[in-house]
Amino acid sequence: MSGRLQGWIVGAGALAAGLAALALGLQLAGYDAAAALGALWSGAFGSWYAITSATLVRAVPLVVIGLGLALAFRAGAFNIGAEGQFYAGAIAATWLGLHAGSLPAPLAVAVVLSGALLAGALWVAVPVLLRVRYGVLEVISTLLLNFVAEATTSLVVQGPLQESQGIYPQSDAIAASARLPMLPGTRLHGGILLALAGAVLLRHLFARTLWGFQLRAVGLGPRAAAISGRIDSRWMAAAALAVSGAIAGLAGGIEVAGVSYALFQNLSPGYGFTAIAVALLGRLHPLGVLLAGLLFGALEAGAGAMQREAGVPAVAVYLVEAVVILVVLLAESVRRGGMTALAAIGSATGVARGARN
Amino acid sequence: MEPVALAGGFFAAAVRVATPLLLAATGETVTQRSGVMNLGLEGMMLAGALTATLGATGSGPWTGVGLAILAGILLAGVFALVTIGARADQVIAGTAITLGAVGLTGTIYRQAYGAGGAGLELPTLAPIPVPVLSTIPVLGPALFSQPAPTYIALLAVPVVWWLLFRTRIGLALRATGETAAVARAAGVPTRLVRTAATLVGGGFAGLAGATLVLAQVGTFAERMTAGRGYVAIAMVVLGRWHPVGVAVATLVFGAAMALQFLFQTLGLGVPYQLFLMLPYVLALLALAGVVGRVRAPGDLGKV
Repeated sequence: MSGRLQGWIVGAGALAAGLAALALGLQLAGYDAAAALGALWSGAFGSWYAITSATLVRAVPLVVIGLGLALAFRAGAFNIGAEGQFYAGAIAATWLGLHAGSLPAPLAVAVVLSGALLAGALWVAVPVLLRVRYGVLEVISTLLLNFVAEATTSLVVQGPLQESQGIYPQSDAIAASARLPMLPGTRLHGGILLALAGAVLLRHLFARTLWGFQLRAVGLGPRAAAISGRIDSRWMAAAALAVSGAIAGLAGGIEVAGVSYALFQNLSPGYGFTAIAVALLGRLHPLGVLLAGLLFGALEAGAGAMQREAGVPAVAVYLVEAVVILVVLLAESVRRGGMTALAAIGSATGVARGARN
Repeated sequence: MEPVALAGGFFAAAVRVATPLLLAATGETVTQRSGVMNLGLEGMMLAGALTATLGATGSGPWTGVGLAILAGILLAGVFALVTIGARADQVIAGTAITLGAVGLTGTIYRQAYGAGGAGLELPTLAPIPVPVLSTIPVLGPALFSQPAPTYIALLAVPVVWWLLFRTRIGLALRATGETAAVARAAGVPTRLVRTAATLVGGGFAGLAGATLVLAQVGTFAERMTAGRGYVAIAMVVLGRWHPVGVAVATLVFGAAMALQFLFQTLGLGVPYQLFLMLPYVLALLALAGVVGRVRAPGDLGKV
């Protein structure tokens, strides 16, 4: 069996396991599991509107952030601050969007999105600097900055960017010319094209460019890459971290310019965190990230319908996402020939292998 | 308010805020010293918080505490199965555990208490004043008139220090975290050690979640841990993977968090969000000053 086919089978199996776990849990908790899964399906894929306006809209930020994270993870830089970088981008995009009314449409959009990109880059510049200059693990520094970004968002929507009446903790709507174009009859915005273009670009980068090759080399073995004498591991990883932050900022800008048109707290339902799972589930391949982003986008879109129509809390889909990830991890371990699932259980409990190791 | 009372209230709040972090970070210190980075800590705390709520409403706060520890250990078992058993990546498995815990706790909570859920009246853990010591001005109430989990947390620090640095088990554990291959050659059952260390960390995280509900907030809310599990991981790094250092880092962080209460009392016209972000900014600055000169356990995070 080819590796690619196996990958598909594992993915499908993992999804089935996740949905089965959800159905079982819901049945045990006294919900109508069949109705819930039906609502989940129809909310994600039941109609043209559901596909375009729920699933794809939800998938765009996951794919965009996920692509950036795939780049960073490939270079061995663990950026788990995408949530914060997303907010930095969203704040910049909102501020620019509120002031870009006099510019013609394509230019205003370009200004808003580049501002978001820049803001994401600036936000991640702190962890980049801390890593290069002081050796601080970016896992920790990017994480801490998430909290700072959330507090900053709260601050600006009750301060400088608060709507003109000064009552609600949110901004005014951005100028019409700063908004992304939409597919008529749907809520699908131009961000989807950016997501697709990003995937193609990243694939080209990984497969065809020297930089992409060096990046992968650094991720696979920083010492070997350094010893070869042509690659500066530290700078490669730092650069990848910076780019991933900029892209997460861009995703924040796309969300403001394409979906919300305004800034408020909880603009992101945890996109920055879910995108980590998307990147890793997609095995850091651009196409994989695209598919994983679509899958998680569909699940989260369907979750809304599940809550409305079957009374099941939308957060229940996070359980599905978790099971999908864990099953893929276990399956990969079996596929590597590392061990069988049974041996995995035995060794984790220390029964089967504890004595030998 | 007079300065002494104000200072006393501030220190008491600092210790109260720091307690769940201290518990979780102490457990994670053990886990990381064995070479495992558990990003599922946040989810384990959350699971502990919910099971503590369920247990406490059913049959009293201590049942809640027990169930919370079990819930933490159970989730840590799943994490160990995937990362140590199947050698899967720790960061992704931890992220998945947290994601799953958010989903599971949210669903169960709404099922048990309805969508609103507000106004939950829980039997909580009352402060237990230590005779004599609790009457010391300022520091007395802060350290010696706290609910039981604070004393557990403060006792756990020397116990974990002793275990890590003065026992054969601790030596085996640190060797496993430093260079697993060498430890294995010397006869240490490294996977067993890592599994045990992960389960200990999970139990502490569960207890931390219970503390948050039963000794601090008094009720459950969805995603109520609000990143405390992640902060605890940062505290482990900040405390240089040493129980005493971790305790100091956690208490200082707690004090920075408690500053917002102090400044609210004083009524300065500064936006409260600045105080919300202050502890995290301080932690970043401290990391820049501290970490460059200290090394993580050699095999941390390696599969």
